[in-house]
Amino acid sequence: MTIRQAAEALKATCVCGDNNLDKQLSSACGADLMSDVLAFVKEGSILLTGMVNQHVIRTAEMLDVLCVCFVRGKKPTEDIRDLALRTGVTLLVCDITLYEACGRLFKHGLPACKGM
Amino acid sequence: MPDAFTESFDIRAKDFSSAGEASAKIKSVLRLLGIDPSLIRRVAVAAYEAELNMVIHSSGGKMNLTITPDCIALLCSDTGPGIADINTAMREGFSTAPHDIRMMGFGAGMGLPNIKKNCDTFSIVSDSGGTVLDLRFLI
Repeated sequence: MTIRQAAEALKATCVCGDNNLDKQLSSACGADLMSDVLAFVKEGSILLTGMVNQHVIRTAEMLDVLCVCFVRGKKPTEDIRDLALRTGVTLLVCDITLYEACGRLFKHGLPACKGM
Repeated sequence: MPDAFTESFDIRAKDFSSAGEASAKIKSVLRLLGIDPSLIRRVAVAAYEAELNMVIHSSGGKMNLTITPDCIALLCSDTGPGIADINTAMREGFSTAPHDIRMMGFGAGMGLPNIKKNCDTFSIVSDSGGTVLDLRFLI
């Protein structure tokens, strides 16, 4: 599944990094706890989260997470978008809940991160 | 060590907005040197966890990166107040992080165990004068 296909499944809007929409995703993770993300998430994945701060992007950067999708209509601030742009992390926003967002991607065949 | 590349990064206590900048620089240095991406990720995750720990818990310190042809070494040393019980701190889920840090998605007590998981050799020494983490990653 590409980021573009994930965005379509989530009815999400791309707010940063639309040049990366055709990149292939390997897996997905839904979490607000960045400590867990740092411990279990794999490269090439999409992170679905309701947490909106710069450290979500930093966490994605360290792990080579391709894309972060903010759920429940949460919008990243300009400094968050700037950091995402500098670090090459694509940002999506969608209106559905974290639970539903995870369910939609899983239903479309995108597997969960299995950890290290 | 004539073949060594070294760089030092100052880590400021409680400066949560800039936390992660040193780890991001470390990651970009490793990329420029053409290090294997999966090794870079392991170093980056360990560095970021260590940097966050220093920002959240210590009164500041330094991260020293040394790269030789066969090893990446990351020495993280702070100026205190030290870890009261290292064995307990190494347990997954144990945390002394304050509420505001937890509200930002950190402080789940996964940091030190995750650092250990990502490096090839892990050493920690701590007293009231500070904590020294010596992390090695084989190339």
